[in-house]
Amino acid sequence: MSDKQIAGLAGRIIHDEIVPARAPWIHEVKAGQTLRIVDLEGNQAVDFLMYAVQDDTERYSAQDTLAAQRNIFLRKGAVLLSNEARPMMTITDTNVDYHDTIGGACSCESNTLRYGHHTKSHHSCVDNFLDANASAGRNKRDMVSNINFFMNVPVEADGTLGIVDGISAPGLMVDLRAEMDVVVVVSNCPQINNPCNGFNPTPVRMVVAG
Amino acid sequence: MTSATDNVHAARDHARIMAGTKVEAMPIVPASASDVDGDVLWEETVEAGGYTSRRLGRGSRLRLVDLHGDSCASMLIFNAECPTERLNVADTLKVQWTAYLGTGKLLLSDMGRVMMSILEDEAGTHDAFCGASNESSNARLYGDGKNYGSHSNARDRFKLAVSKYGLGRKDIHPCINWFKGVEIAENGSIEPNTGPFQAGRSVVLRAEMDLIVIFANCPHVLDSRADYSVTPLRLTAWRGDVTPDDDPIRNATPEGLRAYLNTEDYFRR
Repeated sequence: MSDKQIAGLAGRIIHDEIVPARAPWIHEVKAGQTLRIVDLEGNQAVDFLMYAVQDDTERYSAQDTLAAQRNIFLRKGAVLLSNEARPMMTITDTNVDYHDTIGGACSCESNTLRYGHHTKSHHSCVDNFLDANASAGRNKRDMVSNINFFMNVPVEADGTLGIVDGISAPGLMVDLRAEMDVVVVVSNCPQINNPCNGFNPTPVRMVVAG
Repeated sequence: MTSATDNVHAARDHARIMAGTKVEAMPIVPASASDVDGDVLWEETVEAGGYTSRRLGRGSRLRLVDLHGDSCASMLIFNAECPTERLNVADTLKVQWTAYLGTGKLLLSDMGRVMMSILEDEAGTHDAFCGASNESSNARLYGDGKNYGSHSNARDRFKLAVSKYGLGRKDIHPCINWFKGVEIAENGSIEPNTGPFQAGRSVVLRAEMDLIVIFANCPHVLDSRADYSVTPLRLTAWRGDVTPDDDPIRNATPEGLRAYLNTEDYFRR
């Protein structure tokens, strides 16, 4: 039986893993390889950071990426830039209209502001990032604004901004081609207080090919 | 042939005679400012392309003046006693449900606390999306972008400034650009509004924690003018009271109030 979720990926499958709902994930993707993220059950925010393997003080920069493309949405063709304005990855394909990089990651601390102090105990993306990064010697100083694949953060004409219902669906995906050797750190978002996951975190599939 | 500096006594005299020189871009020490009331803590005019930094105590007021209408005040903020806590632009926007900063808005840390509040904003054109210019963007626009050249970039200015506190490149977080605006269209397009604007526009911020503030004053990364266009930025700080319980900005929104409660909890010591 053919696996539609990996159809079209060039080269051999190097890594194929289901990341459970709420879990972190860390993995290297070498220049030229493609990482495919599959939103298995739909509307699951995948919080995403990356660092240059050669020197991890070079890392994803949401602001450089936004300024260069003059648009807040990440669409097919978007080049994801580092804090040195160098291409780290390119969105070579996606069947979701756009992805977010202005909303940042949920944290225990920001949850207390957004939803109340009773949510401090909830698991969060920043905790996942810290957990995964700690295994590579990185810590809170290494946290920067991230990408939220499959998350929808529009800005209204009056300036109102917020996370709203997703525009993804079961089986939709995004392909990222590495332009340099990168280490990708993901939090498969555990947030249950806003619509980023349809109030129900679900697993995602990470496939590296090349 | 003799010169005015051919021995140490003459060289010393030559150096000392420069004292008292006044130029537009310089710190005033001891700090004084005729146009603010109160106990002035800091008075400095940052040159075009320049940078500066300062430690500010909780309650301090900080005024930014776009002296000639073409400043770009790119700002980083750290908790002075624990600099791993810093400005989080994403949380600042998301928590306040807004894309734009202005009077009454808060600048939030990545620890769920309010770092600064915006007491007055007569400019209204600010940018929390596009970040700092960098060496390659300035090289592309102006031919070079290095700190030692005449087209310095904001990120490398940040690098120098944070280094003076023992911090490094990984501490340079997403910044806010005061005085240069952007608007976000429905399709996500970023529409820059980089002026120049009327001279003398100002923003007044209140420090809600003990802070290190960092400023770079370099052209906005989306400034479309061919020339390296930026003018001096005046910074004035004065002593002020810690925000009281009945402060209208503190109580304006439930999210903001909880940010103040978290800051007040942190200072319960």
